[in-house]
Amino acid sequence: MINRYLKGPARLGGLASVLLLAGCNLDVLDPKGPVGEQLKFLIVESTVAMLLVVVPTIILACYFAWKYRASNTSAEYLPKWSHSNKIEVVIWGVPSIIILFLAVITYQTCHSLDPYRPLDTEANAKPLHVEVVALDWKWLFIYPDEGIATVNQLAIPVGTPVDFVITSDSVMNSFFIPRLGSMIYAMAGMQTQLHLLASEPGDYAGESANYSGRGFSDMKFRTLAMPADQYASWVEKVRSSSDQLDNETYGKLAAPSEADPVKYYSHVAPSLFDGIVAKYNNGMVMDKNTGKMIRVQSAMSDMNMKE
Amino acid sequence: MLGRLSFADIPVDVPILVGTFAGVAVIGIAVLALITYYGKWGYLWKEWFTSVDHKRLAVMYIVLALVALARGFADAIMMRTQLALAYAGNPGYLPPHHYDQIFSAHGTIMIFFLAMAFMTGLFNLVVPLQIGARDVAFPFLNNLSFWMTAIAFILINVSLFIGEFSQCGWLAYPPLSETQFSPGVGVDYYIWAVQLSGVGTLLTGVNFFVTIVKMRAPGMTWMKVPVFTWTAFCACVLIMVAFPVLTVVLGMLGLDRYLGMHFFTNDGGGNQMLYLSLIWTWGHPEVYILILPAFGVFSEVVPTFSRKPLFGYATMVYATCAIMVLSFLVWLHHFFTMGAGADVNAFFGIATMVISIPTGVKLFNWLFTMYKGRVEFHATMYWAVGFMITFTIGGMTGVMMAIPAADFVLHNSLFLIAHFHNVIIGGVYFGYVCGMNYWFPKALGFKLNEAWGKAAFWFWFVGFYVAFMPLYVLGFDGMTRRLNHYDNPAWHPWLLIAEVGAVLVFCGIACQVIQLYVSIRDRNLPQNVDVTGDPWNARSLEWSTSSPPPIYNFAITPHVHDLDAFMHDKENGIDTRGAGGPYAPIHMPKNTAAGFMVGAFSLVLGFAAIWYIWWLAAIGLIGVFATVIIRSANQDVDYYIPAEEVARIENEHSRKLMVQAAE
Repeated sequence: MINRYLKGPARLGGLASVLLLAGCNLDVLDPKGPVGEQLKFLIVESTVAMLLVVVPTIILACYFAWKYRASNTSAEYLPKWSHSNKIEVVIWGVPSIIILFLAVITYQTCHSLDPYRPLDTEANAKPLHVEVVALDWKWLFIYPDEGIATVNQLAIPVGTPVDFVITSDSVMNSFFIPRLGSMIYAMAGMQTQLHLLASEPGDYAGESANYSGRGFSDMKFRTLAMPADQYASWVEKVRSSSDQLDNETYGKLAAPSEADPVKYYSHVAPSLFDGIVAKYNNGMVMDKNTGKMIRVQSAMSDMNMKE
Repeated sequence: MLGRLSFADIPVDVPILVGTFAGVAVIGIAVLALITYYGKWGYLWKEWFTSVDHKRLAVMYIVLALVALARGFADAIMMRTQLALAYAGNPGYLPPHHYDQIFSAHGTIMIFFLAMAFMTGLFNLVVPLQIGARDVAFPFLNNLSFWMTAIAFILINVSLFIGEFSQCGWLAYPPLSETQFSPGVGVDYYIWAVQLSGVGTLLTGVNFFVTIVKMRAPGMTWMKVPVFTWTAFCACVLIMVAFPVLTVVLGMLGLDRYLGMHFFTNDGGGNQMLYLSLIWTWGHPEVYILILPAFGVFSEVVPTFSRKPLFGYATMVYATCAIMVLSFLVWLHHFFTMGAGADVNAFFGIATMVISIPTGVKLFNWLFTMYKGRVEFHATMYWAVGFMITFTIGGMTGVMMAIPAADFVLHNSLFLIAHFHNVIIGGVYFGYVCGMNYWFPKALGFKLNEAWGKAAFWFWFVGFYVAFMPLYVLGFDGMTRRLNHYDNPAWHPWLLIAEVGAVLVFCGIACQVIQLYVSIRDRNLPQNVDVTGDPWNARSLEWSTSSPPPIYNFAITPHVHDLDAFMHDKENGIDTRGAGGPYAPIHMPKNTAAGFMVGAFSLVLGFAAIWYIWWLAAIGLIGVFATVIIRSANQDVDYYIPAEEVARIENEHSRKLMVQAAE
């Protein structure tokens, strides 16, 4: 009998504890890298600043409505009162001060957390370069320095800054690893940049944060942040794959497909990435070092220019 | 002959749609049969469909908005149910093809056909009465605006049963919305529906702008204009500046799709970033177009039920105008993540935050209007106080996302979804429903039921929090919008809670329907009839005339002596109505079928263009032009109400007032 009555509340309690646990473990609020850490601090800091005015406002709304209810005839009633310079100064002043504070941290963080800005790390930390291509509906990761490529799996060494250059060979997507920090759009014919770093080993979710059509919900990847030695052996594992990414295999890969499994390519045609960008740019691509437009000299440049 | 339309485009194999069609058909046939049975077709045609009376158009707009609410909410609860189910390998009950159409239609319908239609309905009902005018500046255009909006809504619903709707989200970002990636008719339905309704909205903007500038009663200088009219005025300015941008950008997308141009394509020199910039140049002012009139509603309701003038009227006007200007300086905050430089992002982020200052000031003004007042807890005050609490939270989360760096992790997440529902439901919808409860007796002559109104509020209020607070959490947990299934076990309990919230909101809507039914049923009970035309002892001119007002609104144009013109007259024993005359003949516009005809031909044009049925499109286009030319050549568009008739109507109202006073 008692059991039956307790079952409901017990279940609710169970649910509540699940939610509480989840609350302490939210991806964005439990970051695994310095970018995410700073963003978390920024979110908390700005929220606290705003709560300074939001909480009193909500309390006042309830308090005034209750205190000056029509049935409370003992409350003061000023039927003509509709102006006070003192109150005006406060209600313009206090929000202005808070916004001024937020504006300052906005300006600072826009610069310090600009996704295009290389991360501040020890001078000798050589960044890892990864070229990201959003395809229908999977992610292609090219490691130009290693000459390898993967689909839907991104491995990075812990503690090493990662320089992403991102484009799309299809519609607009957004490249996002919630545990590590910022996202940035992937757009055809354009290269966007992102700098992230994982400070702890782990297996983090990655996704597209911009709807891209039918297969969008399955357009996700895993981010494997691993110690340097494990990363090295992961690279070797990819290198031992029998698949290679050339014009022909890329064409097959780029064809629309959903919920693709992880794929490894032991070899990538050089300047494949530049070719993908140039395809939508009359064969031109921006040189990352000089900022000038250059013609892509690769097999990709004469890839079928879709009209 | 039928372009690309074939029998295969009728989704007879989708049970949900067949069921919906059966339901719509049964209800539709029942309504048509009832109208025929009671012989009301002539009445509907003469008194409503062809009416140029702003009060009649207001009722039709709000009915349209409530129908759109039903459709938009059906979409919403289907999405919530899908996400409560589609977890860990379970595909849910909606295939992606269908789910993607639902979220696209939900956004499009809620913004263009619920919110915009509801807002225009309130403009129509209130603005001319509040400024002491006999109608709007261009009564025929007003009727035309309504029909353009109505047929656009019909067109969007046709897509349910013939073909498909867009699967590109409510703003149809290219290149996804380009022919290369969306070759079907869905995006074309979207373009035509939004474009046709946009014509209606733009005409409304021009119409009410001119009305407010030119037709205010003598004595009503700008700083004596009621705040609702001020907000309508600023919204009209925003409409006139922003909607042409929408028309152009969707026109360019249409050229890409119909004529193979390359404005926004991946190749051929197209630039998708241009589309984002243009669509948000419209899109951000659009949310202020919606919210400003809601602010206006609260600025009327809170003083009336606090028995006290609005605190800081001048501040309120300046704040409204400041928001109007600032709303054009923030559009880039919708795409901080597109790779603009730090300085550009910082500028638009800070500009966005600055808007929260005048908005915060408005909130405090309503608070201090209640301060040292006598607050009556009428149903409208529930919505108003509920709004103050909810909107404050929505504003806070908005400022969080206005910080570009924070937006880099919150952009396009469910946090964003929670934020804008927080301001659109907690601000716009609460505001419009508050306004509907407030002005309902003015429109139809009887009050809405209080108890059901309060029940509706509580379900909406609690339902909103249960449905959307979990979405904030999910946003922090990295869940993006527009997913149709997922495998993260941490998300599932939150989505179950959100589903419960959606059910609570459903109960809220049900209460609103019951409220309407009960109110109409009991409309003749003495406590419900509004004899005086001033059921709330209110402050502005619309309450000085009878409920519903005579067709000419005011027999004698009122003279405005003060802000809160009607309250001033009441306190000083001035008869605003000028009862007893002398009356002069009143010049009025004649009803016309031209608006309906232009709308009907536009519907034909839109449908035919979507399906490439060019001969039919030509008929539609020629019909539109022919109707406009015939209408332009028609000189017989006005008439006079004789002074004796005016006297008869006014004396009848005076007699009722005396009977009421004697009781």
